[in-house]
Amino acid sequence: MPGRDDIDRLVEKVRTSHRNSEPLRICGSGSKFFLGRPIVGSVLDVKQHTGIVSYEPSELVLTARAGTTLREITKALTASGQILGFEPPWFGENATLGGTVACGLSGPRRPFSGSARDFVLGIKCITGKGELMSFGGQVIKNVAGYDVSRLMVGALGSLGVLTEISIRLLPRHELETTLMLELDEKSALDEMIRLSGLPIPISGLSYSSGLLRIRLSGTENGIASAAAQIGGQDDANGPEYWLQLKEQKLSFFNRNQILWRLSVPVTAPAMNLGNDCLIDWGGALRWVYTDKTDQEMFEFARQLRGHATVFRAESYYQGERFSQLSGVVADLHTRLKSSFDPAGILNSGIMYSNV
Amino acid sequence: MDSQASNQSRNPELAKALRVIVGSDAVVTDEEALRPFECDGLTAYRELPLMVVLPSTIEEVQRVMRTCAQQSVPVVTRGAGTGLSGGALPLSDGVLLSLTRMNQILDINDSTHTARVQPGVRNLAISEAVQHLGLYYAPDPSSQIACSIGGNVAENSGGVHCLKYGLTVHNILQLKVVTVDGELITVGSEALDAPGYDLLALMTGSEGMLGIVVEVLVKLLPIPPVAQVVMAAFDEVERAGDAVAAIIGGGILPAGLEMMDNYAITAAEDFVHAGYPVDAAAILLCELDGTQDEVDSQIAKVEKILTEYGATDTQVATDEQTRQRFWSGRKAAFPAVGRISPDYYCIDGTIPRRELGTVLTAISSLSEEFGLRVANVFHAGDGNLHPLILYDANKEGELEKTEELGNRILELCVEVGGTVTGEHGVGVEKLRPMCLQFEDPVIEQFHAVKAAWDPHSLLNPGKAVPTLARCAEFGAMHVHQGNLPFSNLERF
Ligand SMILES: Cc1cc2nc3c(=O)[nH]c(=O)nc-3n(C[C@H](O)[C@H](O)[C@H](O)COP(=O)(O)OP(=O)(O)OC[C@H]3O[C@@H](n4cnc5c(N)ncnc54)[C@H](O)[C@@H]3O)c2cc1C
Repeated sequence: MPGRDDIDRLVEKVRTSHRNSEPLRICGSGSKFFLGRPIVGSVLDVKQHTGIVSYEPSELVLTARAGTTLREITKALTASGQILGFEPPWFGENATLGGTVACGLSGPRRPFSGSARDFVLGIKCITGKGELMSFGGQVIKNVAGYDVSRLMVGALGSLGVLTEISIRLLPRHELETTLMLELDEKSALDEMIRLSGLPIPISGLSYSSGLLRIRLSGTENGIASAAAQIGGQDDANGPEYWLQLKEQKLSFFNRNQILWRLSVPVTAPAMNLGNDCLIDWGGALRWVYTDKTDQEMFEFARQLRGHATVFRAESYYQGERFSQLSGVVADLHTRLKSSFDPAGILNSGIMYSNV
Repeated sequence: MDSQASNQSRNPELAKALRVIVGSDAVVTDEEALRPFECDGLTAYRELPLMVVLPSTIEEVQRVMRTCAQQSVPVVTRGAGTGLSGGALPLSDGVLLSLTRMNQILDINDSTHTARVQPGVRNLAISEAVQHLGLYYAPDPSSQIACSIGGNVAENSGGVHCLKYGLTVHNILQLKVVTVDGELITVGSEALDAPGYDLLALMTGSEGMLGIVVEVLVKLLPIPPVAQVVMAAFDEVERAGDAVAAIIGGGILPAGLEMMDNYAITAAEDFVHAGYPVDAAAILLCELDGTQDEVDSQIAKVEKILTEYGATDTQVATDEQTRQRFWSGRKAAFPAVGRISPDYYCIDGTIPRRELGTVLTAISSLSEEFGLRVANVFHAGDGNLHPLILYDANKEGELEKTEELGNRILELCVEVGGTVTGEHGVGVEKLRPMCLQFEDPVIEQFHAVKAAWDPHSLLNPGKAVPTLARCAEFGAMHVHQGNLPFSNLERF
């Protein structure tokens, strides 16, 4: 398989940094640098460690080095009629698999087919001590040892440098269609909840500018009967909409203001923020612009029994990026971090001051 | 660990202290009453605990843990005791914490499609309680009438439908967990993700080593309007294996895809009369679900593939009764094998599907070499093999021989890129095969993860992760016996 094995250099660099307690900033293509707290450290460049290591469509599993681009992976999958089930946002032409998994972000399909961590089967990583380790594997069912692979997803590189990832795939649906219903926010939220409870092949539920969009993915017959049940009108620009939603290219996202990500139960009430709020994940994800302070927003999310993230911010923003952890859970984070990275050299401080 | 003597002498005071917390009927110390708790589903291993404690509330669990932690008494958590790897095997100097009294469904939410349940609730009871809403809880281990949701979380259990609907980890949203020193924490959230590390994933499958699951928020799914199953017979096991690959490679994601070999077919047929072709070398059961339209078009595709790949016969269960009958044989496969042999030992290796032919051939020659019959039941869709080794525990040395054969099969699974346990867990049973699958630094890292939660190793100590010393011993044993399956690894 094409690609380049850069593992020896990566391991050596982490070992040296560990010895010298020198902080590292792990870097793929840099497409998601805006996420998390700003950190310092010398750059550990993973994007030269590339290549699909194994891919057999009948196994529904792909293994690739962390620097492999989503572009290359998508190309291989498309040729065999398969997809990454969590529909990851790229946020850049050269987004790498490693960065995607480390950030753990998932697209509009997430509530219906699963999140990034749901699809990860195994990883290889370099711990903060410079040891190359392998967790999980290439099989769908595996309960040998603690599930460290999934723990790494969304850890933003603070527990280990991901170097290779095995990921479960899905067959691509035969057909995809988008329907639109004109509704106010509250009715749209109610409708999303109702539709989510029906046994129909939904793969996206989003609401913006007065329109509820419903994406259906499945067989031709299956979609036709579901569409008849739902009503509404066809959105000819459906594919474009979902792509722009996932990549945050819709005009909604084009503002020089803090972009808040609120992850909440689907039953969280309508926020009535008009064009300052866009809903995805069937109501479980709300993108919001607001004049409220960060502390007010974290508290607001907590009251809704969810959590908030400062997803994109201007460089002057100095506050926290994620809802804070407290007590025992915060201590567990500190201890887990130091069990993988005792010298605290891997992307330290990217999530919280202690991890 | 403390010496047994000192713990025994503390026994009365500890029992007294715990009775104050949970009430006198909830602490069992009488030897006869302790008997039923001496083992889980892996009956070859037995041990009487110091005592059994049966808390009814989260607060009681917290206070019991505080007391035990203060006195450095180890605690083994037990759900329904159906585990197949000795995970709930008691420790002679430890408390066995049985959660069967925490068996309430606390809340069913029709809007969020979730249910909040206590850990002792039986798996099937959840689906039964929400059926009237058109919902169900997807993971369906064959033990689902008996096993508890807390045990499912601790083992990350799967079932015949997990190919499409996922394992336990994919179907839970939030856990309440009591830590070793009695603190109550919440991991995961009522939303679709939570801030910080994914402790929900880490807890799932952690075999009672990191904390005690005291409440679970599970995800419910709409019941598919139609489910149909196709049964196909093959005169060669390899062909059935190829057909499985072709179905998946062909873009179909069946709700379930199971294979049984001739031994398992005949045993099941004799037991429940499922209508299986007893002369077939293998059968496949392929279930498709969704709307009628979706199912119709997929059934047509699957039938075509099966025929192309040499199925000698295919039958579609067009009514629910036939469908249930087709599944009854598969679901009863373990007890069916139990009828034709005094004892059986269930192996749980998982392999990449493409290795199926190789592995089954190797298993049958190992079976000959050891002189022990092996029946194969296989979650074909996800590569999870359950070879059942038939033996007689009353025959001198046969259990040891059986375990040795089991280890050889697991070595094989690791060799072809698989794992030593797909869903039953490591427990006490697979400590040795763990040494084959993982290198020393990884095993050390597992211990470090445990220490982050449980620094004095009081929760289920000695299970799930082998000590390096034990691995070194096993290594020496392999060399001694002249079997060098991994001679290329430095460790040996
Ligand atoms: C006939 C039969 C068929 C089976 N089929 C399947 C199958 O298809 N798929 C499958 O995955 N498994 C299967 N199993 C195995 C078993 O049923 C599962 O592992 C089940 O999840 C165990 O649940 P339990 O409540 O019986 O747990 P137990 O056996 O009581 O405990 C299992 C482990 O979990 C820990 N534990 C239990 N409860 C908690 C808790 N609340 N908090 C923390 N730790 C806890 C225990 O310490 C122990 O390590 C089968 C078993 C039998 C006997």
